[in-house]
Amino acid sequence: MSSTADDGTTVAPRPTFEAAAVGDALPPRTLHVTRADLVRYAGVSGDRNPIHWDERFARSVGLPDVIAHGMYTMALAGQVVADWAGDPGAVVEYGTRFTNPVVVDHERGADVLVEGAVAARDEDTRTVRVELVVTSAGAKVLGRARAVVRLP
Amino acid sequence: MSAPSGIDASFAGRTYPATRPYEVGREELREFAAAVGATHPAHTDPVVARALGHADVVAPPTYAVKVAQLADRQFVTDPAAGIDYSRVVHGEQSFTHHRPVVAGDRLVSVLHVDAVREVRGTAMVTTRNEITTEDGEPVTTVVSMLVVRPAG
Repeated sequence: MSSTADDGTTVAPRPTFEAAAVGDALPPRTLHVTRADLVRYAGVSGDRNPIHWDERFARSVGLPDVIAHGMYTMALAGQVVADWAGDPGAVVEYGTRFTNPVVVDHERGADVLVEGAVAARDEDTRTVRVELVVTSAGAKVLGRARAVVRLP
Repeated sequence: MSAPSGIDASFAGRTYPATRPYEVGREELREFAAAVGATHPAHTDPVVARALGHADVVAPPTYAVKVAQLADRQFVTDPAAGIDYSRVVHGEQSFTHHRPVVAGDRLVSVLHVDAVREVRGTAMVTTRNEITTEDGEPVTTVVSMLVVRPAG
């Protein structure tokens, strides 16, 4: 898995709560996912379901091909929020629905596009809610993906 | 009483004993972070993590699923529960971090089966893991919804 911010930047200053406004866009990111990435994630996560690395098995249970772990896609998308926040410990809530699988081709892998924006601010907790749009091959792969982030 | 999905709905409302302590290590967090593209130095450098106010290097926002999965096994692999894992699809996932998971934590999890619903042979099973330190300090609440497709 490799990642490049679409605007070419890699490091941004931490946003402050005062400066964060509803509608602010997070730097979008396109992530390239390969079978090797899924094998690696299977190893570190303990989720060794063969639908994530064995094409023959995946097809035998009715899937189009090997698919990424939903938790892997969720982790990749969450990284966009953590990087924007400048502190991975600032993500206090993170949730999603898994609406479509990320299908990972043997040769070409898959691309996952992550976009996000600030959708709400909470003055009492000094947190913002970020909503993410995560797509692959034109399909929305995460639904209602949102994170609550505490900002300095 | 087993429903068409094969799942025993009477498991709803059940709470399991706390899991044995799971000790979170710096090298494990380094590997998990690398596998999900989490490049922030707070995952690997205790000095950076402490400067951000954390007790030690921090886990990526979805790391706690590892601890939750261990607890979930008590339920999803219990033959009496009737869950055929080859028919399971991950439906939803959420994390509420009462504080970030950090290296050195000794975490225990109490699994609650919050709901078992069935619609036209497809079951939706919601589990909640309350992850705390051994001493009972709340760390993360992990809610998972699994979709179990009908047999055949």
